[in-house]
Amino acid sequence: MSEPWEDDEPEGPVRKFMYVNRRAPYGTIYALESLEVVLIAAAFEQDVTLVFMDDGVYQIKKDQNTDAIGVKNFSPTYRALEGYDVEKLYVEKESLESRGLTTDDLVVPVQVVDKDQLAELMEEQEVILSF
Amino acid sequence: MPMLHTVNKSPFERRTLDTALRHAVKGAAILLIEDGVYAAFDGTVVAEKVKAALADHKIYVLGPDVTARGMSEHHVIDGLEVVDYGGFVDLVTEHDKVQSWL
Repeated sequence: MSEPWEDDEPEGPVRKFMYVNRRAPYGTIYALESLEVVLIAAAFEQDVTLVFMDDGVYQIKKDQNTDAIGVKNFSPTYRALEGYDVEKLYVEKESLESRGLTTDDLVVPVQVVDKDQLAELMEEQEVILSF
Repeated sequence: MPMLHTVNKSPFERRTLDTALRHAVKGAAILLIEDGVYAAFDGTVVAEKVKAALADHKIYVLGPDVTARGMSEHHVIDGLEVVDYGGFVDLVTEHDKVQSWL
């Protein structure tokens, strides 16, 4: 006897959700809140795309160690997204470059897109949530 | 001793660092904390501006906020000094007053 939430088929329609992350990880709560909401959408088996642009690229910087500031380091969670079938991760090229970063600096594999490609991706979405 | 100016906002998102530098007299110290530490790293589009400011100011950056953000001392622009929390306290006591740019 399976519970409704254990059905193989999702109950409602699957929509294309894009989460646009533009804030650095610890100075404000935006990055962590976004991650929470992404996990909720993933639990409802929605079609999730994540974008990291502007200071949002810093959310997935490698080697974060928050021991000395007394705040939880949530960067390992981005590596767990794959397990929730959240695999469409995009980083804006211009944002990386202006911060002197490359994909080698990031904790997860991402697709690097330029601003024009990103604009097209945004047009394809049904829902866009900005953090 | 001139003032200590602290900056806690990312230079890519806000103009707080520019404002602090514009209002800091020669010899005043700048301390980058929280998201302000993103101004301290070499290879970014704001690095040259920070290097230029070293001519008139001693610039410090808070180490715990650097490591939290996945950066290390070797990313920090030459000429900036990394301080710990004790160093932060020393800077506050050494200067006449503190201007916290928010």
